[in-house]
Amino acid sequence: MKNIHVSTTINGDPTEFICAPDESLLDVLRNRLALTGAKEGCGTGDCGACSVTVDGRLVCSCLVLGAEADGVEVETIEGMADGDKLHPLQQHFIDKAALQCGVCTPGILVAAKALLEKNPNPTDTEVRYWLAGNLCRCTGYDKIIKAVQSAAAEMRGE
Amino acid sequence: MALDENGKRIFKQVGTRPARPDGIDKVTGRAMYGADATAPGMLFGHILRSPHAHARIKSIDTSAAEALSGVKAVITSKDFGTPEDESVRDVQDNCMAGDKVLYDGHAVAAVAANSLAIAKKAVKLIKVDYEILPHVTDVDAAMQAGAPLVQEGRGLDDLPAGMSENVTYHFEFGHGDMDAGFAKADKIIERSFKTAATHQGYIEPHACLASMGIDGKGELWCCTQGHYYVRELCAGIMGMETSQLRVTASEIGGGFGGKTTVFIEPVALGLSRKAGRPVKLVMPREDVFRASGPTASSSTDVKIGMTKDGRITAAHATFRYQGGAYPSGTVQFGAQSAFAAYDLDAVQTIGWSAMTNRPKEAAYRAPGAPMAIYAVESVVDELCQELDLDPLDVRLKNSAHKGTKSSYGPTFDDIGLEATLEAAKAHPHYAAPLGPNQGRGLSCGFWFNFGGNTSVSMNLNFDGTVGITEGNPDIGGSRASISLMAAEELGIPYEKVRTIVADTNSLGHNDVTDGSRVTFAVGLATIKAAREAIKIMCARVAKIWDIDADAVYWEDGFAKPSGPNAGSFDPMSIEEIAAISAETGGPISGHHEVNADGAGVSFGVHLVDVEVDPETGATTILRYTVFQDAGKAVHPDYVEGQMQGGAVQGIGWALNEEYIYGDDGRLQNPSLLDYRIPVASDLPDIDTVILEIPNPGHPYGVRGVGETGIVPPLAAVSNAVSRSIGLRMSALPMSPPRVLKALTAKG
Amino acid sequence: MRYEKPENVADAVKLLHAETGVARILAGGTDVLVQLKAGMVEPDLIVDIKDLDGIKDITPEDGGYRIGAAVSGARLGEHAGVTALWPGVVEGFELIGSTQVQGRATMVGNLCNGSPAADSVPGLIAANAVARIAGPDGTRDCAVIDIPVSPGKISLAKGEFITSVFLPKRPERASDAYLRFIPRTEMDIAVAAAGVSLELDADGTCVAACVALGAVAPTVLLVDAAADCIIGTKLDDASLKAMASACSDVCNPIDDRRGTIEFRTQTAGVLAKRAALIAYERAGGRT
Repeated sequence: MKNIHVSTTINGDPTEFICAPDESLLDVLRNRLALTGAKEGCGTGDCGACSVTVDGRLVCSCLVLGAEADGVEVETIEGMADGDKLHPLQQHFIDKAALQCGVCTPGILVAAKALLEKNPNPTDTEVRYWLAGNLCRCTGYDKIIKAVQSAAAEMRGE
Repeated sequence: MALDENGKRIFKQVGTRPARPDGIDKVTGRAMYGADATAPGMLFGHILRSPHAHARIKSIDTSAAEALSGVKAVITSKDFGTPEDESVRDVQDNCMAGDKVLYDGHAVAAVAANSLAIAKKAVKLIKVDYEILPHVTDVDAAMQAGAPLVQEGRGLDDLPAGMSENVTYHFEFGHGDMDAGFAKADKIIERSFKTAATHQGYIEPHACLASMGIDGKGELWCCTQGHYYVRELCAGIMGMETSQLRVTASEIGGGFGGKTTVFIEPVALGLSRKAGRPVKLVMPREDVFRASGPTASSSTDVKIGMTKDGRITAAHATFRYQGGAYPSGTVQFGAQSAFAAYDLDAVQTIGWSAMTNRPKEAAYRAPGAPMAIYAVESVVDELCQELDLDPLDVRLKNSAHKGTKSSYGPTFDDIGLEATLEAAKAHPHYAAPLGPNQGRGLSCGFWFNFGGNTSVSMNLNFDGTVGITEGNPDIGGSRASISLMAAEELGIPYEKVRTIVADTNSLGHNDVTDGSRVTFAVGLATIKAAREAIKIMCARVAKIWDIDADAVYWEDGFAKPSGPNAGSFDPMSIEEIAAISAETGGPISGHHEVNADGAGVSFGVHLVDVEVDPETGATTILRYTVFQDAGKAVHPDYVEGQMQGGAVQGIGWALNEEYIYGDDGRLQNPSLLDYRIPVASDLPDIDTVILEIPNPGHPYGVRGVGETGIVPPLAAVSNAVSRSIGLRMSALPMSPPRVLKALTAKG
Repeated sequence: MRYEKPENVADAVKLLHAETGVARILAGGTDVLVQLKAGMVEPDLIVDIKDLDGIKDITPEDGGYRIGAAVSGARLGEHAGVTALWPGVVEGFELIGSTQVQGRATMVGNLCNGSPAADSVPGLIAANAVARIAGPDGTRDCAVIDIPVSPGKISLAKGEFITSVFLPKRPERASDAYLRFIPRTEMDIAVAAAGVSLELDADGTCVAACVALGAVAPTVLLVDAAADCIIGTKLDDASLKAMASACSDVCNPIDDRRGTIEFRTQTAGVLAKRAALIAYERAGGRT
């Protein structure tokens, strides 16, 4: 199995790596690029803990081959804050206690950011359905939904 | 340790909601969880697991795996010794099967290699010759004489006729005259219930990094609820002295009881010892389901008598739990919890536990209690329906209170059950109208709460800031609550305190983060450690002022003279005291160790409205409110979080979660696709009402809050569904096929 | 395993045809990567088709739409034209997996996975959709209903792969709907499912209907007997009830971890009835 050379952009930075043809983007991020913010909860697209965006689309990085990252733009949790300034979603997750163990949090933040870019003013139901692929076992989701909504309100300038 | 100021203390910081100290790390992806660690020269491990529910291992041929390029070690049970302690032997056998595999997913061999891909390839080259044996997975079947025997020589000594040697545990307790009690009843209902095994479902699979040196010294980094216990178990299995193994707990991605023991850590250590290199081992999700966790499944008979006006006259229950392939005692917690909410004159409880060909049960949030209380609260609800009584009034009429002798023996001190029931009754949710196909259910819940061995240090830095060193992994925000209690006690801002979870070498033994013990016991030790430091600070200041140490007291971060007689001195701040501590006797620390008791029991009441689709049997949760006594809510956000999270785990248990075994004894649904934990769109808001009835056993009145929340949902949802469809449901989960079948049978 | 990303259809066909071992097409990857992870398949060759011309396009054609094989659910759902013309097809496809899965999953991948529970297939079959297939012998068209053969098996020959699916034009008073039953509200595989497509005349009488059922037989079923129950009616209770029982009559499902034979049989009729009513309303009919 010959490794593949991939040129990509991750969180705005041009990045090159080599990977095995059957290696997932998640494994590349975690094991080759030291970007361990994306987590493997299942490896089969059922939990959303590995959420990233590829060319602006929300995906599970466990269901993308590393080889497919060639020529695309990948955004991960590590690129969400702007230097020392947290994204409003990150700040509201802390302020509203929207995390307990925190292992699902990176995936949920990436997913929620993708939602608010598409729909800045979602209903609770829309938030819940958008995030249905991000399992959280600690919170019962209540505070997560509220944190997304309060971040959305701030981002709308309310 | 007694409650301060008779529970009238005015708190300045406890009860506020500051940002948690680990928040930034967790929202930026920086937090290091079990699988995020690396070490120089690290190898990757992978485990071969049994495809059979029950089989004798005739031989294992690892030669092809060992010959594969890049493979550095292959181990089987032969690479481990035989620990003296039976419970450690069971844990070892569960981590790596001995002569027999006892369940689908039981570990058989393991490989460490240069990459995970090579390790996986090598695992496929291991040849195991099995002699397949008959298996049993159902608790009732396992208890019958003639059932396939899971392990020999583990059965009860005085086994009743007709029972299998799979039965390992039995007890009976209670009080009062049962016959007289039932004779007084106007209505008696007797019903049998079954609940499926469920998994804790933490999102982070078990993961560890082990490094054994050739000098016999070991390092282990892992996600666990209790690294001291991990050290004990692993040292016992590896034949090491505990001092030679240092365990560091990573951030933990959920545990709920499932990370209170070890599944892969001894394997990683064994591989590392053999390879002479660090080994990382991460459980694939499928293995998490097949080989870690689950809780017991249960089969229960409940009989309760009630008068026309709602007084329970007698109550009887028999609980049968299976705890997987090894002896288990969880049924005792279930039986003891079952009637805890009631003040009963006559109550009798019987418990049985049996082995089956399933994975070794691990604790799951209030272990044993949810399924026991489900059965009892279902029968109480049915009696209320039959006698046309308000279910909250009936519970109030029979509720346990201060002075009640509980069914399991102890007499309760101050407890919050009545206040919690009253709060539920007064809540608008209870009076809200219901539509067609809708039903409302409620249930009480109970958990004992634990205290246990705890060791905490508090260090005053030269700039007046404070470090707290504790030894319990933070699952849900405990570093925030411990920092709050330290800040409260010292009278300094929360931001001046930093709490860390230290490794096993840094403190005396700390029991596992379980039993809802941490905010109670670690909090208590933190307060005591702070008080010790305060005492030292006051003594140092007394020396400077040249007055008696008794004449200095502590208030709001300052040492002050205790009155005009003590002399006139400007108060000295903690910063000033810290700054000159080198001149007054050196660094200032406080320390406390305790085997804490006095963990006050916790009660909760849940209200739920559901709608059942009569054509598909699907249940929708419409509204949910949790009422729970927290004693004192130190950080209310995370108290609410525990209540909400527990409720939703219970909803999953009630509606869809279950271990499904095929006729071949193999687990049919070892994935997050088919083991259906609730998703965000399944749920409404989970409203919470925190009651604060101080625990007399804690200086601030704190009670554990982590576990009680999972107890009531099973019965609350079942009662709501039963009332909605006009049929009494008696098995969990109430999956749509099961509900539709009941509806169809009813016609 | 080799990973190839050909730039034209001919090269893709050549690669697939020449491979002597196991080859898999990669578009969205939401099935292939799961199978890789589980060790269910160990391909020798993965052909990523996302660079092929038009493979990610949605193109108007003869009053209908041609949908490229690599169009994701998220993209299809954003397409106003397809959503207006074939809302049932779009909603079936959009029900697959999570938002994350929708960002990658393709309708053609769902079809070629060969699952009887594939959410996009009943809608496509009810719509009389046609797949365009490239292969060593050139291009051919094949009705979607003829693609699945049995669970996990499809009718494509070696070297062939689907490049697009065509959804035909339809009269003004026509629409479709898809419903599935799952135990949760999201993230599950269909336990039973129904896609219904209807055409109405001016007074709201159904003049043409297709009813397709998923997850109740080894392949998705097109149930003419169910359609016949509602053709010529305005979907009154009696005809709907007859349709539901016609649906239940043809079910031949399995018992498994997701549902029982009994449950699947019962709910298939319920779903068909409900989907028919939604399609009827979308087509401008009023019950």
